[in-house]
Amino acid sequence: MASQIARRMLRSYAKGIFCSPKNSGARVFDRNFTTAASESNLIRATLFPGDGIGPEIANSVKQIFSSADVPIEWEEHYVGQEIDPRTQSFLTWESLESVRKNKVGLKGPMATPIGKGHRSLNLTLRKELNLYANVRPCYSLPGYKTRYDDVNLITIRENTEGEYSGLEHQVVRGVVESLKIITRQASLRVAEYAFHYAKTHGRDRVSAIHKANIMQKTDGLFLKCCREVAEKYPEIKYEEVVIDNCCMMLVKNPALFDVLVMPNLYGDIISDLCAGLIGGLGLTPSCNIGEGDIALAEAVHGSAPDIAGKIQ
Amino acid sequence: MARRTLPILNQLCARSPSHLHPLLGLISTRSVTYMPRPGDGSPRPVTLIPGDGIGPLVTGAVEQVMEAMHAPVYFERYDVHGDMNKVPQEVMDSIRKNKVCLKGGLITPVGGGVSSLNVQLRKELDLYASLVNCFNLPGLPTRHENVDIVVIRENTEGEYSGLEHEVVPGVVESLKVITKFCSERVAQYAFEYSYLNNRKKVTAVHKANIMKLADGLFLESCREVASKYPSIKYNEIIVDNCCMQLVSKPEQFDVMVTPNLYGNLVANTAAGIAGGTGVMPGGNVGADHAVFEQGASAGNVGNEKLLEQKKANPVALLLSSAMMLRHLQFPSFADRLETAVKRVISEGKYMTKDLGGDSTTQEVVDAVIANLD
Repeated sequence: MASQIARRMLRSYAKGIFCSPKNSGARVFDRNFTTAASESNLIRATLFPGDGIGPEIANSVKQIFSSADVPIEWEEHYVGQEIDPRTQSFLTWESLESVRKNKVGLKGPMATPIGKGHRSLNLTLRKELNLYANVRPCYSLPGYKTRYDDVNLITIRENTEGEYSGLEHQVVRGVVESLKIITRQASLRVAEYAFHYAKTHGRDRVSAIHKANIMQKTDGLFLKCCREVAEKYPEIKYEEVVIDNCCMMLVKNPALFDVLVMPNLYGDIISDLCAGLIGGLGLTPSCNIGEGDIALAEAVHGSAPDIAGKIQ
Repeated sequence: MARRTLPILNQLCARSPSHLHPLLGLISTRSVTYMPRPGDGSPRPVTLIPGDGIGPLVTGAVEQVMEAMHAPVYFERYDVHGDMNKVPQEVMDSIRKNKVCLKGGLITPVGGGVSSLNVQLRKELDLYASLVNCFNLPGLPTRHENVDIVVIRENTEGEYSGLEHEVVPGVVESLKVITKFCSERVAQYAFEYSYLNNRKKVTAVHKANIMKLADGLFLESCREVASKYPSIKYNEIIVDNCCMQLVSKPEQFDVMVTPNLYGNLVANTAAGIAGGTGVMPGGNVGADHAVFEQGASAGNVGNEKLLEQKKANPVALLLSSAMMLRHLQFPSFADRLETAVKRVISEGKYMTKDLGGDSTTQEVVDAVIANLD
């Protein structure tokens, strides 16, 4: 199984580069680099190899990119061993500054060491770089047969608020409340990004996923923001789908969807469901978009410490 | 207690051969007799709520089949529509008197000021567990084989508390409430269900890595109840991983117990992989009442085209009414109904549009009645 996962990952990175002229799972990467590579200098990108299998797959990426002559220069940053007081975590200030300067980054899987008094690494990155949208394109890879062969959709998930605000408290013994927060600003931001993405990548439909029949004010606000943005893009069809209907349609006929935009929790579940449709987390590319045009692509799987070091 | 054990034993004996060999269940084998108490056969009143959209069509189908079977139930019809403010008092009184209700879907307007009537009904009658049984029907080809999942979902609290408010313009908060009391009783129901129905594994679905206190409390309650049932395996899975596993390897799941929102998603996903919402039975049960309806309705009640052409799928509600008959302790009527429906599906001649065929609701109902023995 370890070799299978490794083979899958190599295949995903390989297919991303070598199949780029045809349809490919890394179309996002493809376009990012073609627009930037038109400049004569090299693109500088920050690379966080990460933990566990991270360094090995980061090496694979570097090898493939160099043999494909991609004009990119990697700036590697490793997660430190001590807590940097400026960021309150294991990530150093230099790493974060480097991402802010280069605007493009690639992150391997990072394991959060269990301890006290510091934030999870992914959370630090998300908060410091203000990564508000998580984009996950899901394409059926030709050559890897799953039960679903016609998957071609993008899930865009709001990454900062919603159910994952982490604001919980115990009211009395045995009763716990958790807050789900939706703000106009964050919803507008992610809706803008979704429509902008759809327009620049030639997608013709955006579907907003919600549960506004039950959570009327919160998801209602999210929908209102999506509708406002939809009016500015009249050439893109906009529809709203209730989330249980969406789940059912996804497992019956994934070709019905194009671009999906949703709040945090639904996005988490739906994007993992779509990853399952195409074959698993080992094959899914993902990218976090931040304020100030920062794009940090990442591996969504974990660091798999049990198979680290077992592939050449 | 003897009165209750015999039908359950009968159910266990009757169901286990059909669980192993789906085709064997189609041949009616006579099982150990259910010995009723004198007077058990007197007709039982059941509240019937046709509902909106395709509701009246499919509940009409159930009424026809019940009449053809001469089942000892008679229906008290009440008209409730999704845009009413609350469920009328006479309907609630009727349900409280009869204790059992069969219901079509009720539309919940999106984003409107009306709170969902389905949710209201569940909260008022304290129907704390919602059950959806998703299984592969022989004769209905799907992408996944060997699916037999029961999703038991907490029905009263969680994200559906309806407690929302606007903090400042542009910032809205919604409260998700998890209590030990509700989590414990739904976990208790899930394990008891598994025990009585000979199920081997219960999986708790959660997101406790992010919502540590809320889902952590849910998990704690499940673990406590699990320790009282050592013969049933128990494990936990995070909801996003669960959805991924459902679409790739659904045969690993047996009974799943979940809080409110995740249960909605998981039930609809499981229904989708096993054949669609048109065929999955389900119901809501509480300490005193039970309401049976289509298992996973995916939040819609059909569109006008389905209604005009009368091509709605009655199979889900027919199987739910079989569940209702078992709940009322008429197991042989339930078996006959289930066998007839399964035979119709496996023959494949009369299937509605969502299953790939072209029949109308009436044709399917006639086929089921013809197959009743």
